[in-house]
Amino acid sequence: MALLEIRDLKKYFPAPAGLLGRAKEHVKAIDGVSLDVEDGETVGLVGESGCGKTTLGRCIVRLIEPGGGTVTFEGRELSSLPEPAMRDMRRKMQIIFQDPYASLNPRMRVGEIIGEGLRIHGLAKGRDLKARVLELLARVGLRGEYFGKYPHEFSGGQRQRIGIARALAVNARFIVADEAVSALDVSIQAQILNMMLDLQQDLGLTYLFISHDLRVVEHVSDRVAVMYLGKIVEVAPAGKLYSVSQHPYTQALLSAVPVPDPSRKGTRTVLQGDVPSPINPPPGCSFHPRCPFALKLCAEEEPRLEFDGQHGVACHVFGPGGTKYL
Amino acid sequence: MDNSATLEAEVISERRTARSRRLRRALRPWLTPKVIGGGIIVLLLVIGGLSAPWIAPYDPNAQNLSQALRPPDWLFGANVFGTDALGRDILSRLFYGARISLVIAVMVVIISGVVGIALGAISGYFAGTTDFLIQKLVEVVWAFPPLLLAIAIMAFLGQGLENLILALVSQRWITYCRVSRGQALSLRSREFVDAARSLGARHTRIIVRHIMPNLLPSALVIGTFSMASAIISEAALSFLGLGVPPEIPTWGSMLADGRTYISTSWWLALFPGLCIFFTVLGINLLGDGLRDILDPRLKRSGSGIG
Repeated sequence: MALLEIRDLKKYFPAPAGLLGRAKEHVKAIDGVSLDVEDGETVGLVGESGCGKTTLGRCIVRLIEPGGGTVTFEGRELSSLPEPAMRDMRRKMQIIFQDPYASLNPRMRVGEIIGEGLRIHGLAKGRDLKARVLELLARVGLRGEYFGKYPHEFSGGQRQRIGIARALAVNARFIVADEAVSALDVSIQAQILNMMLDLQQDLGLTYLFISHDLRVVEHVSDRVAVMYLGKIVEVAPAGKLYSVSQHPYTQALLSAVPVPDPSRKGTRTVLQGDVPSPINPPPGCSFHPRCPFALKLCAEEEPRLEFDGQHGVACHVFGPGGTKYL
Repeated sequence: MDNSATLEAEVISERRTARSRRLRRALRPWLTPKVIGGGIIVLLLVIGGLSAPWIAPYDPNAQNLSQALRPPDWLFGANVFGTDALGRDILSRLFYGARISLVIAVMVVIISGVVGIALGAISGYFAGTTDFLIQKLVEVVWAFPPLLLAIAIMAFLGQGLENLILALVSQRWITYCRVSRGQALSLRSREFVDAARSLGARHTRIIVRHIMPNLLPSALVIGTFSMASAIISEAALSFLGLGVPPEIPTWGSMLADGRTYISTSWWLALFPGLCIFFTVLGINLLGDGLRDILDPRLKRSGSGIG
């Protein structure tokens, strides 16, 4: 059994009401997502802005209450857990945020920030707590003398290290990294990513790595899931996705990654039109209005995620579920 | 022998200078011109108020009608700042008045600050129905003209220091509540609050440790202004005969009494007026200086906010 099993997870937000009364419309931020994360692996989650990546990450750790479906962690279903029981589970699953400037309380010292989880769960007190925080600081490559400093005295990369130390403090097994390096310089990104990989090796962590940056995801992930309009359209082992991706959306996404080679004129698939509104997603395959290969069927029937081994594609035309229509 | 004694003395004196150096280093961030200036004024006020029975030359209520409306004698005379219409010594009354002004200002600000910040933080953090109810209460109180509400409360409860404080708090907590609520609303969606929630922090902890400390700097600024305006409101209520009982001298009632004589005996109104002015100035300076220090992001000038 996987460490984390997501089944048919849904989250609809009420859309802003119109002028007259209540509009009964919803933004379908996540619309039936299923995903497994095995113990010790890193699953990358990519997709463009607004596709529901962040909402999915937050639903998993229940910062946002899911609207439907189940999240099972270590065999326990989370969304039905009452808050006191959930509080215990929160120790095991932590989240690292995108904005290292907003994610640290400006009026708390580093030692208090990192030690807060220990205090909440009664894991350490007084001298033990300080010793543990100093150990965590060392783990994330920060000097112990930073203990009494305030967040504003640090650079973005250092702040992100503090955020990681805070997540590690409660001995989390599973960490949602929500665009954890997107706000950082490229050189700092590499440092933080490598540190996260080292920590994974040392502590046996499991990551759900959310990013819009395909190169970053490729670097860290074992498997990658591609999201489009609240749904997962393709899942594959990282190496395979980058070589033999099947879904037209994934291919368009991959062709947009800049290649550091001026002589290579890439064949860039440029998608036509905008992302449809998640309030009224198109019927059938939500990608069909922009898909260069769309069939009549694509506008009528929603494709399911069909698997060939570890490689899953939700498409009527390509992949394991699509061939029969060609 | 001799040598070792001097050595020992040297070690001791070195230790002493080290201690004083540490003390100086600890104090240095607090010693900004604003804090020093405001602090001196407030300190003088506190000393004057506390030691009034010993330093005031006369009983503040002793009347001497033969000496009524005596102009200031300045440094060498019986009545340094002159006397009022009943021949009471103005300087003595100012010392005693400082007590009332201080007690009222401090108590009103502390009570309304605590109530306002707590309700504002709860209102903004929980949003939804809680917020709706608290904000309706705020709007109801807000609908009354502030002085009218205070007059109503004083008329209902009668004169007295506690009632006066209650009357002044009754409208003053609202300013804290509104500002705190707005800030709490924006703070609740900040990621550090999410981080605390994902760590398993309870609502109380989030409000006390994450929301309220971030509300303090602006509350402190409101506090200094509201402390000043509390002194003025106390004066207004005393002027209307609804403040503290008339036998207790306050700057406000002195100012009100002196108003009648302003064209002939300027000293009656000028000195209590100056006292109010410098007190308000001192409190504002101190509050401003404290805000600069208490906000860690503004601590070092030049480092900027980043």
